Amino acid sequence: MQLELSEDDQEFRAEMRAFFTTGVSEEIRRTVIEGRELTRDQIVEAQQTLNAAGLAVPHWPEEYGGRGWSELRRHIWHEEMQRAGVPTPLAFNASMIGPVIAHFGTEEQKQQFLPKTANLDIWWSQGFSEPDAGSDLASLRTTAVKDGDDWVVNGQKTWTTLGQFGDWIFTLVRTDPDVKKQAGISMLLIDMTSPGLEVRPIELIDGGFEVNEVWFEDVRVPGANLVGELNGGWTIAKFLLGNERVGVAPVGATKRILARAKDLAKETSDGEGGTLLDDPLVRARIVELENELLALELTALRVVAHSAGGEPHPASSVLKLKGTELQQAVSELMVDLAGPASVASGAGDESDLPDWARTVTPTYLNLRKASIYGGSNEIQRQIISRTILGL
Amino acid sequence: MDFTYDDEQVALRDAVRGLVGKAYHDYEHRRQVVKADPGFDEQQWARLAEMGVLGLPFSEEDGGVGAGPVEIGIVCQELGRTIAPEPFLASVVLAGGLVAAAGTAEQRAEVLGALAAGESVLSFAHQEPGRRWGASAETVTATQDGDTWTLTGVKEPVLHGARADVLVVSAALPDGGTGAFLVAGDAEGLTRTGYATYDGGRAARIALEGTPGSPLGAPGLDLTASIATVLDITRIMAANQALGAMQTLLKATTDYLKSRKQFGVTLNTFQALTFRAADMYTSLELTHSLVDWSTMVIAAGSPEEVAAAASRVSLQVSRGGRHVGQEAIQLHGGIAMTAEYNVGMFVAHLTALDHLFGDGDHQLRVLSSEVADYDLLDPLEV
Repeated sequence: MQLELSEDDQEFRAEMRAFFTTGVSEEIRRTVIEGRELTRDQIVEAQQTLNAAGLAVPHWPEEYGGRGWSELRRHIWHEEMQRAGVPTPLAFNASMIGPVIAHFGTEEQKQQFLPKTANLDIWWSQGFSEPDAGSDLASLRTTAVKDGDDWVVNGQKTWTTLGQFGDWIFTLVRTDPDVKKQAGISMLLIDMTSPGLEVRPIELIDGGFEVNEVWFEDVRVPGANLVGELNGGWTIAKFLLGNERVGVAPVGATKRILARAKDLAKETSDGEGGTLLDDPLVRARIVELENELLALELTALRVVAHSAGGEPHPASSVLKLKGTELQQAVSELMVDLAGPASVASGAGDESDLPDWARTVTPTYLNLRKASIYGGSNEIQRQIISRTILGL
Repeated sequence: MDFTYDDEQVALRDAVRGLVGKAYHDYEHRRQVVKADPGFDEQQWARLAEMGVLGLPFSEEDGGVGAGPVEIGIVCQELGRTIAPEPFLASVVLAGGLVAAAGTAEQRAEVLGALAAGESVLSFAHQEPGRRWGASAETVTATQDGDTWTLTGVKEPVLHGARADVLVVSAALPDGGTGAFLVAGDAEGLTRTGYATYDGGRAARIALEGTPGSPLGAPGLDLTASIATVLDITRIMAANQALGAMQTLLKATTDYLKSRKQFGVTLNTFQALTFRAADMYTSLELTHSLVDWSTMVIAAGSPEEVAAAASRVSLQVSRGGRHVGQEAIQLHGGIAMTAEYNVGMFVAHLTALDHLFGDGDHQLRVLSSEVADYDLLDPLEV
């Protein structure tokens, strides 16, 4: 047991910190740090900056831009990026479909998609969930029927995050309705400009439109866009969701936001001559959150140190479960710090209230999603109780 | 950065687990042992000495082995897994730790040598009625007359204070500050009233009335800082012990859920129960991470960093230990309320560990006083 990073890893960390704080657009980082919404162009610019430096997809196979880093270095890379307010590479591209194509795709698919996926020249959307297939994903009903060399897709996907920006969508479709539900699913890559495909925005409780329904009406998809084996989609989905769970505990970002909460509490008047940080209840709440985040961060380090063999550490479900709870709890603290000003989400430039106080409540409401997506936290409890505890 | 044990550490763990597990695997044996004074098994204490465990933290010159905090933590975890009643934490880690930190070379060789050999039980008499978890002494005072020092006042509760061959007594010094004094168990003016604690442990009221003691280290030296650091290290080791107990509680609970039948099915059929077990696992893993980290901070950090790490791990163990303990009883049901079943006593022991050196709210208060002084926590920069 040893606490210090090796000299090489310390150097690596310093290198990452230097690049993320100097090599990425200041304006983009400030937008993230201040909790404002990034534009599509900003997300693309950030990822292309990372990709040019070889830092967008380090976990991919080396021939497609991967760096062959240890799990620890990947963790350091991910943490430092969040700490600096650098938008992490678009998960649909970097964490989800990229590794899937690299692992299951044909040579043509790799050539066609991987470089553009790494560079966010193609913006991928995720077409998994359906109105009647949420946590029970395998019950999905969107169908693909063979017609000559093509597939004809009909059905509806939902909760497609940032689908309004999507160029392509990776979908799970039912290709055999007559077998056990998991055994009749395949993965298809679909060009979102295809005739018959329609994206309809869903307004969320924060007033935003980050998710969409995607409708398919007789959408023709070339046979070459099948990923992996016919009816092998469930295996791919499990591979993809396993990757999703690991990166889903946003420790670095939550730490940064909690540190900011502390700064804001220090500079916000309590209306009685002091600041919010003079309040022992506020201090205690911050300390409890800091301590839980510390325990989570150390658990993440234990997990990466043990994941060298490829199999995820059993505690990785804890990361998703606890990571999202803390992310939500910190967003809740921000609302409480803003106090009455937190109501003024619609205030304009003439408002006397601080900018930050206007965004905290939509963010809090928006982040209720975190314990639902990526395998809801109840699914994580199920994984822990079944797989780890054998219950 | 490495969170795994090396081969020697694994061997130590297995050896201690073998010895302690053999003795206390059967919970009924522990129950019998703690019924009679001194509340632990003297022969088992001698076996721990033979294995070198009682001298683990002390340097070779002082009759010890010179092992590091990770090794001490391993022993504490293993003792916690069976809540073995032998006073390793009170005698070796705490009292012995203070003698090692503040004693003269002769004192160290004499006191620690006997402790490591299993010939002597040591106890730190520090806690005073009406006071909570500080590093200083106030109501027990030391008086100097030439080379002679005498102590007056009451210490309580003192872990294993009635059995101890030598007491290390903290006392307010005439010129301010807190000193520590070695007091023989049979010293004049010493009245010891021992009793059992709810977890099968032993504590005592120690009344001193002009009791002679020899100053630990240089006479008149203020040892408040040394006491504080030894208490911090003890907090981290108590957390290791609590972790071991929590691991046993989770295992007992999951085993029970798989075997106990109600309504014709085993309890693990009910998601209301298995989800709560999953939350226990989450608490346990988070605690495990902070325990490992704080143990490593002892070796890598400054006294201030060790103090902060001790507060942090104690806060987590307090919260996590209560959660795991309370749920373990609830998920078992009535059986865990009985004295002959082990779970209730594990929870009792966790409750004691929580309150010996500063509970969660105390640590929260300590950490809250410093929260404005830094930006964010970086566990690797110690």
